[in-house]
Amino acid sequence: MILTVESVSLAFGGVRALQEVSFDVKEHEIRAIIGPNGAGKSSMLNVLNGVYHPQEGRIKFRDKVFEDMDPHEAAVMGIARTFQNIALFKGMSVLDNIMTGRNLRMRCSVLQQALWLGPAKREELEHRRAAEQIIDFLEIQHIRKTPVGRLPYGLQKRVELGRALAAEPALLLLDEPMAGMNLEEKQDMCRFVLDVNAQFGTTIVLIEHDMGVVMDISDRVVVLDYGRKIADGTPDEVRRDQKVIDAYLGVTH
Amino acid sequence: MAEANGTLDTFPKLLMHHARVRGDRPAIREKDLGIWQTWTWREFADEVRALACALAAQGLRRGGHVALVSDNRPRLYAAMCAVQCMGGVPVPLYQDAVAEEMVFPIQNAEIELAFAEDQEQVDKLLEILPRCPTLRRIYYDDARGLRHYKQPQLLAYDDLIAAGRGADPKSVDEEIARGTGADVAGMFFTSGTTAAPKGVVHTHSSLLAPARVAAEMENLGDSDVILAYLPPAWIGQNIFSCAQAFVTGYCICCPESPETVMTDMREIGPTYYFAPPRVLEALLTQVSIRMDDASALKRWMYRKFMGVANRVGGALIDGKPVGPLDRILYWIGDALVYGPLRNVLGMSRVRVGYTAGEAIGPDLFRFYRSIGINLKQLYGSTETAVFVCIQPNGQVRSDTVGPAVPGVELKFSAERELLIRSEGLFREYYKNPDATRTAKDAEGWFHTGDAGFFDADGHVKIIDRVKDVGKLADGTLFAPKYLENKLKFFPYVKEAVCFGHGREKVCAFINIDADALGNWAEKRNMPYSGYTDLASRDEVYDLVRGCVEQVNADLAGEPEIANSQIHRFLILHKELEADDGELTRTRKVRRGFIAEKYQPLLDALYSNASTVHVSAQVRYEDGRTGTYAADLKIRDAKTFAPTAAELRRAA
Repeated sequence: MILTVESVSLAFGGVRALQEVSFDVKEHEIRAIIGPNGAGKSSMLNVLNGVYHPQEGRIKFRDKVFEDMDPHEAAVMGIARTFQNIALFKGMSVLDNIMTGRNLRMRCSVLQQALWLGPAKREELEHRRAAEQIIDFLEIQHIRKTPVGRLPYGLQKRVELGRALAAEPALLLLDEPMAGMNLEEKQDMCRFVLDVNAQFGTTIVLIEHDMGVVMDISDRVVVLDYGRKIADGTPDEVRRDQKVIDAYLGVTH
Repeated sequence: MAEANGTLDTFPKLLMHHARVRGDRPAIREKDLGIWQTWTWREFADEVRALACALAAQGLRRGGHVALVSDNRPRLYAAMCAVQCMGGVPVPLYQDAVAEEMVFPIQNAEIELAFAEDQEQVDKLLEILPRCPTLRRIYYDDARGLRHYKQPQLLAYDDLIAAGRGADPKSVDEEIARGTGADVAGMFFTSGTTAAPKGVVHTHSSLLAPARVAAEMENLGDSDVILAYLPPAWIGQNIFSCAQAFVTGYCICCPESPETVMTDMREIGPTYYFAPPRVLEALLTQVSIRMDDASALKRWMYRKFMGVANRVGGALIDGKPVGPLDRILYWIGDALVYGPLRNVLGMSRVRVGYTAGEAIGPDLFRFYRSIGINLKQLYGSTETAVFVCIQPNGQVRSDTVGPAVPGVELKFSAERELLIRSEGLFREYYKNPDATRTAKDAEGWFHTGDAGFFDADGHVKIIDRVKDVGKLADGTLFAPKYLENKLKFFPYVKEAVCFGHGREKVCAFINIDADALGNWAEKRNMPYSGYTDLASRDEVYDLVRGCVEQVNADLAGEPEIANSQIHRFLILHKELEADDGELTRTRKVRRGFIAEKYQPLLDALYSNASTVHVSAQVRYEDGRTGTYAADLKIRDAKTFAPTAAELRRAA
């Protein structure tokens, strides 16, 4: 197990966003968290990422228990993420945005970098190489030097995935990677998610609204509804689960 | 050159020759991880030798066919030459073809081994594997996504060549020495506009001889550079990026990806360039769009100096006399506009540029020549190994394709069909003796199927395909392509399909250019949801009608075809696509297929209806199909009395 979530509860004042949610994530798997609007998916991701601190419960990442972890520490530990509403530097080029993902791995001081001394140069070359590999992987060579703000939405999403990958994370959190995309873009994104998982062995936790997509690419699925876990299992098991059907289609009372 | 004509009669021999003579000069470049990587001729030859060893161990026999499905990559060219080393025949296939289209070539040529670039191509080959029992090995270059593939046919290029690296290359050298110019060097499948594709068989000498003549004519040498960006399955790509490079020793550069061609052009600065008219047109459209968005000063400069270039640029490049004032103006324009423009287009260093494949608009052609790019037309086909006619420097015109290249004999039949005899002629259509006999007569004349004539200066002028030239019901000559080209010369019209053979009037389907019109709509604050929406707008119809009427006005001045003016037209709801079989892979319209597919639309054009209901199957890029339904508008266009003819008759 790379990650274990043990009866986590999170409340904002009187609003109980998560109630005693437990699940685990195995090494190298693609784990999806799904649920209707307001089910607590994003809150869950923000807990995993150290943005929110749950009032109850425990989270273990590689046998280390989270203790008031902030997002920076999460990143240092090897957890990277993307955002639902894209958080890139719009005025910077694709390449520079991906390079920012290498930030945590840069060791040279500002002075060294300014003087472009031996180690700084070597380091930059090494990071540029890593960034180029990601550009190659995501097939975005043609927009390498294009400012992100000028790109269509689907490509921005891909760049954001690239930046997260640049950190060489052990665990990658994707917040609705397919949201707002057309069918073709969705398929491209699915392919990239699967490729990342296969090629780099990255464990992926993704939140998604679109059931179809999730069922196709994930190994196991957690279903949340009103902050509670209502199902957990393989896509087939979850699809057949009556509670899941009710949550998605609604029940007549 | 004596040696070149004597013993260096095959591709592999030429390769080994270059490895000896210019071993440290660049042979092939590819941009990898953002940096241009170079293979020298020696490295290229080493790679080819090792690969040839490995292929021999894989059971490649002399005369065995090997398919290659890849974009332009150094490894593709290495694989092609390695196959030739062992006496095998490379059969490049279009990399953007759907799996179904690959079945025929693979069955027809009894392909046993195939090189595939990546997962996409491997998937296609695996899909058709059950129907292609001869195919026993697929080598892939890019392993990405293929990790979990367990098919026994698959083998990575890296593993393949690793096996060859340890082996003794002596046997390869012996095999290379055994090869002669008369051996088969490659097979190229025609696009199959009308019937099933045919495999055009070329020998080493039929590919190399024309390549040599043209290279001498243009003075190509080992310091030249070319960007290989067109499909390798097209013979022209093979001639420009393989045959001529092997003859002269110049450097081939492979773009990073199809989307980066423009950037790669700028970085590489090729000296030798080929582009079909549609590519040149797309580039000009981009320039125009960017100029529209430029500052007022720049727009003024562009307008002003393009006017100068239009007037004197062509004369300057042809070496014709130009007044001193115009020379000074052109010189200033060169510093301020043409030079930077050539740089943006990546054509600063282009010495020789060719265009061919279809008629080029006079304005488009003039644009490139007037800014100082030596763009010329040539004529040729797959069966003739490209070079049949080339416009020599100083004799360049937009409406002819130039005189015959040295060593090529030309004549026209009674039906105005162009016949060719040359060293570059193909040997045969593979396993299709009937077609071979029809195309190549007993005296060795190849029947091109193109209709045309010699003009006063002995230049060849092509008007249309012989079989497409038809007659209207009243007997007027009807050359559909001629009309379609006239329409396509307007920036807003992307494709046009004209009908009229055996009918009393001409009608047309139009495809609008979504880029150009998108920009136009944006300027008018006209919101639209996509191509289909834009195509159905009244404003767009009015614009297109203007274009059609202008063509009609032009035609009115040409007595022989004045009656083939376009009476009615409609704008199609979808773009014509090669994937839907409406265009060939080289993007020529398949008129017959389109007429059949859109029969109700055609009927409506020839009725009095002002709209027509369409419901069509559309095939998405992922292979799924869907249905689309809408009402298309049909518009009448004004036609003009044949003025010139009447005047002449009156006089």
